[in-house]
Amino acid sequence: MKIMVAIKRVVDYAVKIRVKPDKSGVETQNVKMSMNPFCEIALEEALRIKESGMASEVVAVSMGPAQCVDTLRTGLAMGADRGIHVEATGALFPLSVAKLLRALVEVEKPGLLILGKQAIDDDCNQTGQMIAGLLNWPQGTFASKVVLDKEKHEVMVDREIDGGLETLCLDLPAVITTDLRLNQPRYATLPNIMKAKSKVIKKFTPQDLNVEIKSDMEVVQVTEPPKRKAGVIVSSVDELVDKLKNEAHVI
Amino acid sequence: MAIGLVLRALRRRIGNDPAPKSQIFSLASVSRSVSTLILAEHEGGAVKAQSISAVEAAKSLGDDNSISLLLAGSGPSLSKAAAHAAACHPSVSQVLVADSDKFAYPLAESWAKLVHLVQQKATYSHVIATSSSFGKNILPRAAALLDVSPITDVIEISNSHLFVRPIYAGNALCTVKYTGAGPCMLTIRSTSFPVSPLLSDSKFDEAPVSQVDISTFGEDSVGKSRFIKVTSQDTERPDLANARVVVTGGRGLKNAENFKMIEKLAEKLSAAVGATRAAVDAGFVPNDLQVGQTGKIVAPELYIAFGVSGAIQHLAGMKDSKVIVAVNKDADAPIFQVADYGLVGDLFEVIPELLDKLPEKK
Repeated sequence: MKIMVAIKRVVDYAVKIRVKPDKSGVETQNVKMSMNPFCEIALEEALRIKESGMASEVVAVSMGPAQCVDTLRTGLAMGADRGIHVEATGALFPLSVAKLLRALVEVEKPGLLILGKQAIDDDCNQTGQMIAGLLNWPQGTFASKVVLDKEKHEVMVDREIDGGLETLCLDLPAVITTDLRLNQPRYATLPNIMKAKSKVIKKFTPQDLNVEIKSDMEVVQVTEPPKRKAGVIVSSVDELVDKLKNEAHVI
Repeated sequence: MAIGLVLRALRRRIGNDPAPKSQIFSLASVSRSVSTLILAEHEGGAVKAQSISAVEAAKSLGDDNSISLLLAGSGPSLSKAAAHAAACHPSVSQVLVADSDKFAYPLAESWAKLVHLVQQKATYSHVIATSSSFGKNILPRAAALLDVSPITDVIEISNSHLFVRPIYAGNALCTVKYTGAGPCMLTIRSTSFPVSPLLSDSKFDEAPVSQVDISTFGEDSVGKSRFIKVTSQDTERPDLANARVVVTGGRGLKNAENFKMIEKLAEKLSAAVGATRAAVDAGFVPNDLQVGQTGKIVAPELYIAFGVSGAIQHLAGMKDSKVIVAVNKDADAPIFQVADYGLVGDLFEVIPELLDKLPEKK
């Protein structure tokens, strides 16, 4: 069985972002970019499944500008067997990504598709659910545990839901999106980074895949959130209780 | 039923229009009139408070919005929830109920199909769910079936097609315009659309309840996923996402044993308990208590953070709280930049003192 993992290049999670003065978006020039943390977890899970002998190959896929190849190289250095880059310029919303993924699934025929539960830039939390819908595959979103049963051709997924945990059993092929708790992604070692340079990254364009990139959504503006007023530092518990009671009226 | 409402609205518009040649315009205005389907979550025979917030959000889409609540499930708890839905908010025009074993558990596969089916019968202009794990799981799948771009985590509705949502963990706000022809599909952040507390006391006409005809419901994707079990965190404390007061502990608590102090304090304040990712990863508390970008988003009246440094990802989940209190040893901790009241001190001394000095519950 082949596992396909979708990975996204985003502004590094530790960067304090800046909104562009013209309100057209967030500054991404000269900002550190990395693999989306949830995608790292998705890739790690795919690699662990392969290492346990349940999968034969892990294919990493990324969509966007030319620099996505760097992110794919990181994925290959972690252990993915090969990469696919769909080169697309301009804004790619989850619906387009899901359609491109569907086209790739038809080419590659993976038995399992793993994605992060959300990208930390657009915070959409949509792509996995949308690709599952388009393929008519079952979905296990926000997974914190994945147990594959190759014989029965199914996968057990523990999902993080609001009140606790939910366990589902999905028939393969299926789509899984990963929560933070699923695993601790590995670091790429130097020898593996060197090895990754010789691994294959296949290129596609949306035209090659017969997917038309159009959108029913436009970003009107991006602004900074309102700043909170500076607070006060109190000197004692008494003063704190007094302020909460008589100034803020919350207790 | 919903078709009837749309037709009635259509007739009313056309009827009011004096010049026949302006019919094209009137049709255009009809397409702009709003009707909303809300995917309602229910538990124990009642609609969840968050879903009632979705009604509040739907109200701001337009004045003559006809709002339908869709409930799915099976058995007596569903009919009880439907009765509750009919009387939960005066703006609800009707309640649609899909009663079948296929919906006994809220699986995305069957729910998304149901939404598709209902939408095909009565073309709603908007479909709304809350940004809960239920809504986030189902709505994007349903949107894909309808070939529509959904919009996640809406915090402000400017008009029927213009929405504001946070991006980059709440460090920027993005205004998006939906330009598509299909229904506009949203998940809303319930803390941004509070329901008036007066509502529970007032009397109003109940909305009619009707069954969804699911005879044409295909079987192809249903059965590919099966519910096995749910492990819930049983707690008598209020639900984290809707609590009026939240007490949160971070890494500074040092261990699970010490976290009990937070719980004690929460009990005294009738508050919900929250945690940072550090506290969850260290195993102090289960992860459904995590507040932040990847956990729950809360906006209580009072948020008290003990031993929380205030990482970007954590602030994303709580900085819309009305009053924020931070207790931390480190005077330079970023949490003090968002706190209304900060106390620099050792939480192991502050919490017992607070327990002692806080007024008794009324």
